[in-house]
Amino acid sequence: MSVLVNKNSKIIVQGFTGSEGTFHAQQMIEYGTNVVGGVTPGKGGQSHLDRPVFNTVADAVNTTGADVSIIFVPPAFAADAIMEAADAGIKVIVCITEGIPTKDMMLAKEYITTKDCRLIGPNCPGVMTADECKVGIMPGFIFKKGTIGIVSKSGTLTYEAVDQLTKAGLGQTTAIGIGGDPIIGTTTKEAVELLMNDPETEGIVMIGEIGGSMEADAAYWIKANGTKPVVGFIAGQTAPKGRRMGHAGAIIGGADDTAAAKMRIMSECGIFVVESPALIGETMLKALGRD
Amino acid sequence: MNIHEYQGKEILKKYGVRIQDGIVVDTPERAVEAYRSIAERTGSKFVVVKSQIHAGGRGKGQIQGLEQRGVQVAKSPDQVREIATNLLGNVLVTHQTGPEGKKVNKIFLAEDAYYPGASEPKEYYISILLDRAKGCPVIMASTEGGMDIEEVAEHTPEKIIKEWVDPRVGLQGFQARKIAFAFGLSGNAFKEMVKFITSLYTAYWESDASMFEINPVLKTSDDKIMAIDAKVNLDDNALIRHPELAIMRDTNEEDPLEVEAGESNLNYVKLDGNVGCMVNGAGLAMGTMDLIKLSGGEPANFLDVGGGANAKTVEAGFRIILKDPNVKAILINIFGGIVRCDRVATGVVEAYKAIGNIPVPIIVRLQGTNAEEGARIINESGLKVYSAIEFKEAAAKVTEVLKSLGL
Repeated sequence: MSVLVNKNSKIIVQGFTGSEGTFHAQQMIEYGTNVVGGVTPGKGGQSHLDRPVFNTVADAVNTTGADVSIIFVPPAFAADAIMEAADAGIKVIVCITEGIPTKDMMLAKEYITTKDCRLIGPNCPGVMTADECKVGIMPGFIFKKGTIGIVSKSGTLTYEAVDQLTKAGLGQTTAIGIGGDPIIGTTTKEAVELLMNDPETEGIVMIGEIGGSMEADAAYWIKANGTKPVVGFIAGQTAPKGRRMGHAGAIIGGADDTAAAKMRIMSECGIFVVESPALIGETMLKALGRD
Repeated sequence: MNIHEYQGKEILKKYGVRIQDGIVVDTPERAVEAYRSIAERTGSKFVVVKSQIHAGGRGKGQIQGLEQRGVQVAKSPDQVREIATNLLGNVLVTHQTGPEGKKVNKIFLAEDAYYPGASEPKEYYISILLDRAKGCPVIMASTEGGMDIEEVAEHTPEKIIKEWVDPRVGLQGFQARKIAFAFGLSGNAFKEMVKFITSLYTAYWESDASMFEINPVLKTSDDKIMAIDAKVNLDDNALIRHPELAIMRDTNEEDPLEVEAGESNLNYVKLDGNVGCMVNGAGLAMGTMDLIKLSGGEPANFLDVGGGANAKTVEAGFRIILKDPNVKAILINIFGGIVRCDRVATGVVEAYKAIGNIPVPIIVRLQGTNAEEGARIINESGLKVYSAIEFKEAAAKVTEVLKSLGL
């Protein structure tokens, strides 16, 4: 078991023939992911990476039966791509694009609530189910099939956690990069909930950062509904107020969205909070009683 | 992106929001001219002289070394000249600038809005910003105009009204009326307030703003509603479709190192610690700053070199970090996913040689794709660089280096 994507997922790539789309589609295919085709408007009918190219997502879905889409479309057109995927009946939409205007995301997020789909991202490293399916840009070789699920706002911090879990001998079920933008499709709480309900996942790593209230919301949910140990880290303990730290969403506005405030709430809700990102793996071993 | 009050007011004016109008100038002579023109138009001898810097608290702020506040009312050309001379080119310190303050390069001369009349002038607070949790804009309004909204929220939260806007249909009339009624307004002032809020929302939405904060919103003695101040923050991601707003950027308000880093496509934020860092990915960069602190140092900066770290970006990163005189050591932390560690290592060695003598110890932690090869390149380079593979190891090396420096 796993969540969101597995070896049976049929994936299409939006922005397939662009340089980013091409590079990462190739990496996904090499990992064994079932990429069934791609979409580039105007290039329908062509073949790329030995897979068919379609003009529209609807054409791709009708022909291939795709149920998952990954988006590598430039920021100005990415919200449109998300809505197109939702309209065509794609169930899991993963948007990698960074830099989408907030207004576009506000409208796209509202639009997809009327469709039967889940959006992951934008501005995220994607979703990866170890040894089965890579729908994203995470380096495949650091993953090892195992029992820990990961939810993270950050790309490279996810890799850090994955690597530590692999070295701790725990491995991963699914890693979900939810993205670092102020408006994202799947919240920390929703992603944690998916993993909490996954029978193969025995523990969850939750990586957040300054800005917003998603980690606190997830923590309260975990306190009320959690059945598995959760190890948490919040990046930005040393970040100053009012400055955007790389990610559009990583900015401290008030007292509630500092790392300290989030870490305190998470601890109070029974999450194993680590101060150092270097301690994620060993703390998970402790949390599972296997140290 | 932050903009100045006078620029925020330009946007408001364009969308039909009544503002306390004025003229922006950068010399005392032009200030006097502006005073005469405003006094002639309004028939009042009162004009407000306002420092234009990207920080709040200007009214209570003090010019360094002078008995001069950041905002002052003037009632004669001579007084305007004196105030302008005190402000322009000098450093204003407010509770938001920090003790180093900000240099005043421009001043805004605004017409008198608090003139006597049939009713008492009254101040309100209105802001529009993104509610991240709800994924839509929220209007926050309060009768406590002129006060710091965070203080109002802490002490009298019941005095803050919130109205969430459905982005698909925009602000509805009933929502604007709700706020105007909650302010206790009637007659012409009520109508003016509804129009004010409606136009303000349009300005916010159409300019892809992240925030519009109008504090205070003034009801004048003759029942007009106008924006006395405007604090505006625009969505950086949307500037590409607003060239007319993008040119409002004032790099004088930014840290020069941050401006320089931006030109090299590096995401750099200057902090005041002693250990510089260079990292790929924003989350890991923040995590690395935190690790520096836990290892006994203080981060000197945030620096995300992005997914394509190579010799050129590494060199640019080094040059920026080394310009900060507080930096006593540098930690490079790269988790190579798509990026190959051996390439980054080669980049570090090349950058090191290109710069010549780097006077501070460097700790390089390369993990991920070809990490061992990367470590070998660093170790065999003959450079005075500490190499690490595990994150924990890097932390220990930082502590070791800081101890050896007596820090």
